[in-house]
Amino acid sequence: MSSIGTGYDLSVTTFSPDGRVFQIEYAAKAVDNSGTVVAIKCKDGIVMGVEKLIASKMLLPGSNRRIHSVHHNSGMAVAGLAADGRQIVTRAKSEATNYERVYGEAIPVKELAERVASYVHLCTLYWWLRPFGCGVIVGGYDRDGPQLYMIEPSGISYRYFGAAIGKGRQGAKTEIEKLKLSEMTCRQGVIEVARIIYGVHDEAKDKAFELELSWVCDESNRQHEKVPENLLEEAKVAAKAALEEMDAD
Amino acid sequence: MDSIYNDLNAPHSMGTTIIGVTYDGGVVLGADSRTSTGMYVANRASDKITQLTDNVYICRSGSAADSQVLSDYVRYYLHQHTIQLGQPATVKVAANLVRMVSYNNKNMLQTGLIVGGWDKYEGGKIYGIPLGGTLLEQPFTIGGSGSSYLYGFFDQVWKEGMTQDEAEKLVVKAVSLAIARDGASGGVVRTVTINKDGVSRKFFPGNTLPLWHEELEAKDSLLDGLSAASPEPMVS
Repeated sequence: MSSIGTGYDLSVTTFSPDGRVFQIEYAAKAVDNSGTVVAIKCKDGIVMGVEKLIASKMLLPGSNRRIHSVHHNSGMAVAGLAADGRQIVTRAKSEATNYERVYGEAIPVKELAERVASYVHLCTLYWWLRPFGCGVIVGGYDRDGPQLYMIEPSGISYRYFGAAIGKGRQGAKTEIEKLKLSEMTCRQGVIEVARIIYGVHDEAKDKAFELELSWVCDESNRQHEKVPENLLEEAKVAAKAALEEMDAD
Repeated sequence: MDSIYNDLNAPHSMGTTIIGVTYDGGVVLGADSRTSTGMYVANRASDKITQLTDNVYICRSGSAADSQVLSDYVRYYLHQHTIQLGQPATVKVAANLVRMVSYNNKNMLQTGLIVGGWDKYEGGKIYGIPLGGTLLEQPFTIGGSGSSYLYGFFDQVWKEGMTQDEAEKLVVKAVSLAIARDGASGGVVRTVTINKDGVSRKFFPGNTLPLWHEELEAKDSLLDGLSAASPEPMVS
């Protein structure tokens, strides 16, 4: 279904005759080829997980973080071109601190998502800029409760209760839909996200990967932080066990 | 003798007494109504309690012009903020914006303010923003030249969790006490009560306010003193 642009795809400021902007669609392809990112909204918070594909055995574990804290109560998981992602995270952090300086309170998640989406969209309007080659999931916990937003390279931003981007997103979305999120706590959610990521990881095509998990929930005092070590280990063990169970069938 | 027109051209200042108190369920804001230019009362029925949003009001004291312009700016910023947020602004945000403008322009402004309102997250809140641009959230606060006479009064009479009626009566009593002692405060007492059900304005004209030791017996004429009986001569 991928059509060749043939002349209408050379610039982000050109529409095709059937009303598409091909450069933005190509940017989305960069996201589709990256490691899977999964995020869910449980009843008491948000859990985000990333399948961080390891390019070389010499990389230090824990380096090249894909999940970043934007403010004390919100975080961002990035899929796609890592350098582009870093730029977006920096912008988000600056928006958050600026908002707090003017209005005297932590930036609401909705406002943060809108500002980031606006910035991403900005880069699709001028011929001298290229669109960001990354999709971003924003998860935060403000006074209106936990919220999850996904921002695509086109600048579209929607609110979700479960979202997935990257290689294994189709499989991940199917798995998320099976979950009863409104009854799940974040503790259980962490196990589920780990299981889903291990499940969609393609052993044949990609060798090693590192699982990165973060949460912001009542248990973490509404602070966005890495999932505690022991819970992370527990999740990995459960995920591997579930995988073997599947293979055994 | 100085020109008698000095007063008419002096900057308008609100001598003022302004008060904000929280009660169980909301806030009550109160103020007098005297705006003076020097010794001349330019407006004896001014409204010093100004609306910022549907649920947040501000009491103004000090320079009338400065406080009006500041309120206009903050109302404009809050309007935009409400549109972006998609819901009413909180009292805290309103107070922070007032503080920002007040602090960043401290060299040019001379106005003490009290921001009070109700929002669904924190309920009724009062914030005091005096001259330099400090921001302080308080259960009650007083401001203006007339407030000097009220510190001891509030120390004695203030209690947490009053009813709406108790709070309104307290505010009216306090403003009228200040008006009695402060030459730069006078006129009528205005109050604005804000809670989850909305906003309610009240107006207390001078003749409904209690007198404080100002009672003198009415006399028809000074000559009455002459027809009074002479005192009894002292007889040893």
